[in-house]
Amino acid sequence: MQPFTSHTGRAVGLLRANVDTDQIIPKQFLKRIERTGFGSALFYDWRYGPDGSPDPAFELNRPAAAGATILLAGPNFGCGSSREHAPWALADYGFRAIIAPSFADIFFGNCCQNGLLPVVLPEAQVTVLARRAEADGEYRITVDLTARRVTDGEGFEAAFPFDDYRRDMLLQGLDEIGKTLLEAARIAAFERRRAALALGDRA
Amino acid sequence: MSRPRTLFDKVWEAHVVSGGGTAPALLYVDLHLVHEVTSPQAFEGLRLAGRRVRRPELTVATVDHNVSTGDRRLPIADEISARQIAALVRNAREFEVELFDLDSPEQGIVHVIGPELGLTQPGMVIVCGDSHTSTHGAFGALAFGIGTSEVEHVLATQCIVQSRPRTMEVRYEGMPAAGVTAKDLVLALIRRIGTAGATGHVLEYTGEAIRALSMAGRMTVCNMSIEAGARAGMVAPDETTFAYLEGRARAPAGSAWGRARRDWSAWTTDTGAAYDAEVRIDAAALAPQVTWGTSPGMTAEITDRVPDPADAPSEADRQSYRRALEYMGLRPGTPLEGLKVDRVFLGSCTNARIEDLREAATVARGRRVASGVRAMVVPGSQRVKAQAEAEGLDRIFTDAGFEWRNPGCSMCLGMNDDILAPGERCASTSNRNFEGRQGRGGRTHLVSPLMAAAAAVEGRLVDVRALMQRQPAPYA
Ligand code: SF4
Repeated sequence: MQPFTSHTGRAVGLLRANVDTDQIIPKQFLKRIERTGFGSALFYDWRYGPDGSPDPAFELNRPAAAGATILLAGPNFGCGSSREHAPWALADYGFRAIIAPSFADIFFGNCCQNGLLPVVLPEAQVTVLARRAEADGEYRITVDLTARRVTDGEGFEAAFPFDDYRRDMLLQGLDEIGKTLLEAARIAAFERRRAALALGDRA
Repeated sequence: MSRPRTLFDKVWEAHVVSGGGTAPALLYVDLHLVHEVTSPQAFEGLRLAGRRVRRPELTVATVDHNVSTGDRRLPIADEISARQIAALVRNAREFEVELFDLDSPEQGIVHVIGPELGLTQPGMVIVCGDSHTSTHGAFGALAFGIGTSEVEHVLATQCIVQSRPRTMEVRYEGMPAAGVTAKDLVLALIRRIGTAGATGHVLEYTGEAIRALSMAGRMTVCNMSIEAGARAGMVAPDETTFAYLEGRARAPAGSAWGRARRDWSAWTTDTGAAYDAEVRIDAAALAPQVTWGTSPGMTAEITDRVPDPADAPSEADRQSYRRALEYMGLRPGTPLEGLKVDRVFLGSCTNARIEDLREAATVARGRRVASGVRAMVVPGSQRVKAQAEAEGLDRIFTDAGFEWRNPGCSMCLGMNDDILAPGERCASTSNRNFEGRQGRGGRTHLVSPLMAAAAAVEGRLVDVRALMQRQPAPYA
């Protein structure tokens, strides 16, 4: 996994509430058996009209959004299906961080597994950032995971909560499986204890 | 005496391998369900790292999401679906995981077959790369959806890293009226607390109305917990649970059955145990529910009208209401009862069990699908289909003009060819009314099986309670 320490980049606002993973990546694109190549299908039904041409009104298609690497989103972002194709598509498109007032649980975890940093800030602050990003094509935001802080060049500064376990993983780009396998002895001991419980060992 | 604990506390604490407290815990997984859409990249990851599946015997795979519900003897028309299904067959063989393939008599939607085979049992931790894994909580298991990286993690370690969620009791007071079902109970909850109302929580459903539900009804309720933002939903096991499990193919049998049953009765919430949050819902006051918008929280009673965005509680809500009404092609103030439908979908892991089909058949029997309406029934599994055919339900449906299809997720997410055309309005027993979920531009109204059948025969959304009174003989 690509480590995440600090990232500075342009931002784009998509401030709708309850954006679900069906919108982030519609199901007709879930049939790939690889982890890559989903970026072109990101927000497909919103990004493109029925004839396949880009919809100029959609937030990500506006000229100011070109090259954005930070997505400013609305509350409960990523609700719905558990498809990890959603963070894959966001990352493949070029996003490194998402700032929103809240995230759906599974989506939050899936982002962390892929080096895409989900940052929770109050709605009013996300709105401020989105307004600045829209007004100025040169505007940059810095998301610093080491310091758990979001800043911009215009004096904005806000701390965000982030748990230590996931922060360590992201800072070091650690593979969670490798980490868990260090506990192999404990897992084996648990399995011996578990054998005494009636928990699903099938005949 | 030890501190009183909730059902969730007990299941959680029994599965902590290491960690916990304020740090995330490593939890042991008793049952890992796998399907074709969220697993290929996980198996590929194992292969690249030279890892094995730690406990193949605790892992079960099936194909459901993108299988065709048409004729199974035909080759799979969609080349990419075929590739994904073939990948699962190959992975299951290579990693020695049991697979219920397309031609297996056990094939079906992953959340239908787990319980039906008796794989799902009280007190277990169950995971699957699918958000509706919450369904299995109906048995007093802690069951939740995971992403593909986590699928790979569980395959390799039989464990999952989780931070401890909070608990919320959802207590239904009183008994619902006839015609008001499990689906209505859970839609009413989501309407009340919103689609993020339970974020970070595990729900425990309690109260008389829950106790009175069949296992199918409890599964419907737990299934949609995720639509309220919850990590999982649970119902404490009782005689209904044990009666359901007894004799199932993979449930304990013989002397193991007696022991399991005894052990299972301990999976309940102790008197005096505290939840972090509580919601009370008056079940007796509910009418059948129907969604009017593009999120399951946008729900009303069938006797209500389409809301006016101007009355929404916040500016953000006003905007999303407006957007939803535009997408749904609805005007504020229009009565929900009477909205014309083009399609009806009876299926999905929410409502495609034998009990759901029996219920819908009570309405379909002796009636005809309204002209201009295309209605389909997609059983949740091969077993459900076979059972329904043995009971003659298929004939009731086909005589009424419904299509009788093969099991799979089908139009719940429209990954196969079962999709809505743009602008088509559909009464659906599935769980998500998101934009485009059932096909780009398709307009979904989530309802119970009774309400879906009623919509099919009337050609519009109606209050099924009136229809039921006109048909005194219930289906036996
Ligand atoms: S029926 Fe629908 S919700 Fe259920 S597992 Fe299939 S796609 Fe998911």
